[in-house]
Amino acid sequence: MESAIDRLSGRNLLLVVTLAAVLLLPLVGSEYFVEFVMVRTLMLGVAASSIVFLSAYGGLVSLAQILMFGIAGFMIGNAVGEAGSKGLKLGWNPWVAVAFALAVVVLASLILGALSSRTTGIYYLIQTLTYAVIGYYFFGQVTALSGFGGLTGIDPPPVFKGHPVRLYYVCAGLSVFAYVGFRLLSRTPFGMALQGIRDDPVRMASLGFNVPLHRTLAFVVAGFVAGTAGVANIWWNGQIDPMSISIGPTLDLLIIAVIGGVSYLEGAWFGAFIFVAGNNYLRNLPLVEHIGITEARFNTVIGALVVVIMLLSPEGVSGLAGRILAGLRSGRLSGKDPAQRVEDEANKKGASA
Amino acid sequence: MGVDSTDVESLGIVVIPPAVRRRLASAVVLVPILLVILWVLFLGEGSPAGTAVTEPGELAVVIFNGLTFAGLLFVVSAGLTLIFGLMRTVNMAHGSLILFSGYIAIDLQQSMVGKKRNIDTNDVGLLDWIVPLLVAAVIVAVFGVLMQQVFLRWNQGEDMRQTLITLGISVILADQMLAHFGGLAKRMVWPGAVTYFFEVMGERYAMTRLFMLAAAVVVGVVLWLWLNRTRMGMIIRAGVDDQTMVRALGINITLVFGITFFVGAFLAGFGGVMAASFAGIAPGADGQWLLHSLVVVIIGGLGSIRGAVAGSLLYGMSLAAAPAYLPKGYAYYAIILTFAVLALVLAVRPHGLFGREE
Repeated sequence: MESAIDRLSGRNLLLVVTLAAVLLLPLVGSEYFVEFVMVRTLMLGVAASSIVFLSAYGGLVSLAQILMFGIAGFMIGNAVGEAGSKGLKLGWNPWVAVAFALAVVVLASLILGALSSRTTGIYYLIQTLTYAVIGYYFFGQVTALSGFGGLTGIDPPPVFKGHPVRLYYVCAGLSVFAYVGFRLLSRTPFGMALQGIRDDPVRMASLGFNVPLHRTLAFVVAGFVAGTAGVANIWWNGQIDPMSISIGPTLDLLIIAVIGGVSYLEGAWFGAFIFVAGNNYLRNLPLVEHIGITEARFNTVIGALVVVIMLLSPEGVSGLAGRILAGLRSGRLSGKDPAQRVEDEANKKGASA
Repeated sequence: MGVDSTDVESLGIVVIPPAVRRRLASAVVLVPILLVILWVLFLGEGSPAGTAVTEPGELAVVIFNGLTFAGLLFVVSAGLTLIFGLMRTVNMAHGSLILFSGYIAIDLQQSMVGKKRNIDTNDVGLLDWIVPLLVAAVIVAVFGVLMQQVFLRWNQGEDMRQTLITLGISVILADQMLAHFGGLAKRMVWPGAVTYFFEVMGERYAMTRLFMLAAAVVVGVVLWLWLNRTRMGMIIRAGVDDQTMVRALGINITLVFGITFFVGAFLAGFGGVMAASFAGIAPGADGQWLLHSLVVVIIGGLGSIRGAVAGSLLYGMSLAAAPAYLPKGYAYYAIILTFAVLALVLAVRPHGLFGREE
């Protein structure tokens, strides 16, 4: 018990240091690193953290999170667009547009979450993947909202226009909001019930908990968080098209969560950093061109990374690091059974709550 | 743990008695079906095809389109559902196998005909289509078995891990195929002997579509015979029901897994060549055909061959009906109809029409 608390505070210390580094980064980092690499890392990290939340606390692996990310973007584009652009061209105030976009995201995740709320595991994964691809075709085919060409020339609110560093702080704020929010939520009665449902849905149902309702609400919360990342994305990008929510990006987001380890919230941002940095800097690595890996073959590298991680450690890089650390501590490298680990973590959480 | 047990009523949820629920469920299904029939028969005057009462030929064409595309969907998704049924592995690289097979067959057909482009259907004999089909399907099947033996054999039972491994493989395959086969759309050419039109109720109809349906029926019948009339099929059906028991009876289940994966990948390959002939293939077609297969198995129930037939028919029909019977101006919103069908099925049967609760 003692060591568990120690480790927990060590983890918190590391988080505080990371947060300080993120906040101070614009003072020292290069413009490119802050405005391109880190903004994208934080945005994708927030979106991926919603996958991790659903997976770690709800036992649901959702591939529809990039859809929620995209819906928020498309809705903002339709709401703020003015005459001359595509979409509905409502010409609303950008802040009203944010409220509208998030409301639509919540509604969409309520419907989709409820539809899939009676399944788990592999069924949940393929159903949410199907929703994501349907969403891609939806925004492609329904030209009133977007069409395959997408929406362009969408301005962020005037505060952020031409101020990428401010946008960076928005993304950092969203990250803190998502991370702290998810961790706090996991200790509320709702969060505890959700974890109970993850471990034994039949038992929780017989205790009187409404299992589908809890799953649906968890999906709505995750959708909302992914939606906020989508808002930041459209402000940063200024455009969105269906390709950005097609099957490729859908899998990319899952891959980010997998690299980080689908049971560690922190892993989402870590995975996002590896993904974005790899995308930006792979060509600079020495010797990679000699073994036939060029920038154009980035997907091969990412795919191979996923396969290797899954072969070595299904809990991703965080899980691998945790295992090595635990092994060093106990003097030997012992691979703990994942189910056992989840149980341990649940006990730990229960003890600390 | 300090968890308060929450009462269902106190959450404000209305508890519906089972009898009412059942009636509600059947109403949820029957009312939309009735409305669709009414719309197609009498009301859909504004739709491109017109009402079925005044334009029976159009309806016949839609039904033919639906049936023939359902045939293709069945072949494409049967492998996915067969593998899942026995091994609980969702092969996310299924779409990649489909695309891979299509590319191999096209290359092979081009070298058999001796032309790189502008192949006329009259240059293509029946053998110039069937031989590439079989060769490509066997290559893809062997590839599938290799994939299973190297990556999936030793972690059998960890379904999420296996799914993510096959996902990683599909990303690699898509990228490598883009590198080797290029980014342009390619098309397999139907044999000249079946490329003509015939008349049905006053409408011209392509024989190639019926040929596709015939090929699908042959695949379906052979699959049925294999699963229901052979010893291996019997073992597979037993394995679907109770894997541990099959193992305990001294049957080498690892070998059975390998064979099942071979057949599943072969079906993907077969479907891939049909898809390449029917619609052509390009990078991205892997995702598209994976989606088609997933929709079919979600509707029909993952792991059930009967479900794959039902899912293909329902999905194929809705895809064929969308451009004909949706109101004008909305004719290309087929995706909304697809989602409606999917939502309707999931609302009533969360694991699909023939799916089993875990």
